[in-house]
Amino acid sequence: MAKGQIVAGCLAPHPPHLVYADNPPQNEAYSEGGWETLRWGYQRLARKLKNIDYDAIVIFTPHWQTYIGTHFLGLPEFKSKSVDPVFPNLFRYNYDLQVDVELSEAMRDAASQEGIITKMMTNPDFRVDYGTITSCHLLNPEWDKPIVTISSNRNTHYYSPEVMIEQATALGRACAKAIEESGKRVVLVASHSLSHRHFVEEAPLPEDMSKEHIYNHSQYVWDMKIVEMMRDGKSREVIDIMPEFTEQTIAETEGGGLIWMLGAMGFPDFPAEIYGYQSVIGTGNVIACWDPNDDTREYVL
Amino acid sequence: MSETNEPEILFGIYCPPHPQPLLSPEASEGYSKLRAAYDECRKRIEESEADIILVYSTTWPSIIGHQIQALEKAIWTHVDDDFHYLGSMPYEFHMDTEFAHSMKENCEKRGLEARTVEYEGFPIDTGSVVALQLLNPDNRIPSCILSSNMYSNRSETIVLGKAVRDTLAQQNKKAVVVVVSSLSNRMFTEHIDPKEDRIHSQKDDDWNRKILEFFDDGRLEDLSQLSRDIHGQIRVQKVVAYKPAWWLAATMGQHNNYDGEVLAYEALHGSGGAVITLTPSTGSVGDKEFDEDDVEFYRGDRNVLDKGTLE
Ligand SMILES: [Fe+2]
Repeated sequence: MAKGQIVAGCLAPHPPHLVYADNPPQNEAYSEGGWETLRWGYQRLARKLKNIDYDAIVIFTPHWQTYIGTHFLGLPEFKSKSVDPVFPNLFRYNYDLQVDVELSEAMRDAASQEGIITKMMTNPDFRVDYGTITSCHLLNPEWDKPIVTISSNRNTHYYSPEVMIEQATALGRACAKAIEESGKRVVLVASHSLSHRHFVEEAPLPEDMSKEHIYNHSQYVWDMKIVEMMRDGKSREVIDIMPEFTEQTIAETEGGGLIWMLGAMGFPDFPAEIYGYQSVIGTGNVIACWDPNDDTREYVL
Repeated sequence: MSETNEPEILFGIYCPPHPQPLLSPEASEGYSKLRAAYDECRKRIEESEADIILVYSTTWPSIIGHQIQALEKAIWTHVDDDFHYLGSMPYEFHMDTEFAHSMKENCEKRGLEARTVEYEGFPIDTGSVVALQLLNPDNRIPSCILSSNMYSNRSETIVLGKAVRDTLAQQNKKAVVVVVSSLSNRMFTEHIDPKEDRIHSQKDDDWNRKILEFFDDGRLEDLSQLSRDIHGQIRVQKVVAYKPAWWLAATMGQHNNYDGEVLAYEALHGSGGAVITLTPSTGSVGDKEFDEDDVEFYRGDRNVLDKGTLE
């Protein structure tokens, strides 16, 4: 059996606004569009993924928050309706998705062997979180690949951003090992925004782009600093500065997704592909991809 | 709202959000004591003349202002993110939609951003599901659930409580108000044998017991004033502040004239779980003075960032 490998790592923010703006048949809400910079970026990245041969998507989400260890989806199919608890007016999405349980269990075992507290989630009534649904929908609207969702253990709040870096990196290493041993080709997804201060009021028409802007300039400057480092292939430095970034911008990086993904990829020193940056209800969002293949890596934007 | 038009709040309940008392009460003596305390509260609600059960849940965070559950019949099967292995929680809750809509208007009158949510399949949070399922299993009394805004602090939370008073008085409804919140909220980060459950640390236990003394003495306003200390000492810093006592005091009345009763205090995976009742009474207790201003209207956060910068 050939060694498994990580064929791409995507930073894929999950504002439900982006699915809402797309008007897919699965979503009950209707929009007049909005947030094209991000949606067109997502469409371009989705086209790139179509040209990559892979078996499964493994996604780390901050909206499955667990305090007692890291949990993994552990049943082959989940079918239900995901209603966003914060933006239910925008996101009521009927999903029907497949899970690569074999890969999920292998990653869980590898993590346990590393001393990480883990749990398989095998309750058929469990609702898959909207972060998973949004990022996966935008990266693969056909839903023709099985996924694995990994929960976000709340290390940043419970201990510190530094502990989160240690734990999420160890989890990433363990997942990479399991992927290698599985013989599978896998796309990793870290599902989150960068700066994460929201406006607490919503425009009467949420997709009214004349109302959309970053919460404040400081958030923007921080986001650009991070994007610049990603472009320059300084992924280790992104992680080193993350405790301060997370604190200063209330960043959604606190969930550990990007740390986990870059840790699994061995903190790549090649440039990230940038597909777009835009604010959504004040938060900063970048779509980025780390393509380890020198022949297919592009300079996108 | 006239000063004399005071709402009638029959009693308040403070109870924990975790699902063990609902799903696995027999797993430990502590969980079954919490369950018994919930059952006692259910009985008292049944014997009361309450027209509405009003829930403020710390496990329902919101961003766009304050969300108010308004779906007439909320039906779903809920599963907890951490304790999914304890089982599913099917529910059917009947909301007081009339209350919910007026509550939104009254929030807005007091300067708060607010909205009702009325969507089939809306994910009602674990804390609300546990509380309503145990306190009002047959929907004898309609209920309403209020979210806890992630960014809101003292002023907003107190004004939210006052908007509840406005609404209850307007509709002339007798209410039982329920806060769903742990005391200390640090849980063990590994799986444990429920029989060996205990409060996460001595410090958390000491603080919890001090808070329980205040509750027992009916000193709700004093607890409200101590919220920032409580937040710093025994709350994992997930949100900006410990808000339940602010909301409960603003809703029930900002004073210390209550009969408090601690029906149970037990560990829930390390966190402090207490079931407490507070009934308005006469006679004042309290030995503290505070100078934090009361607040009637919310006028937004003071923007410190823009002040004092070079022009
Ligand atoms: Fe998010």
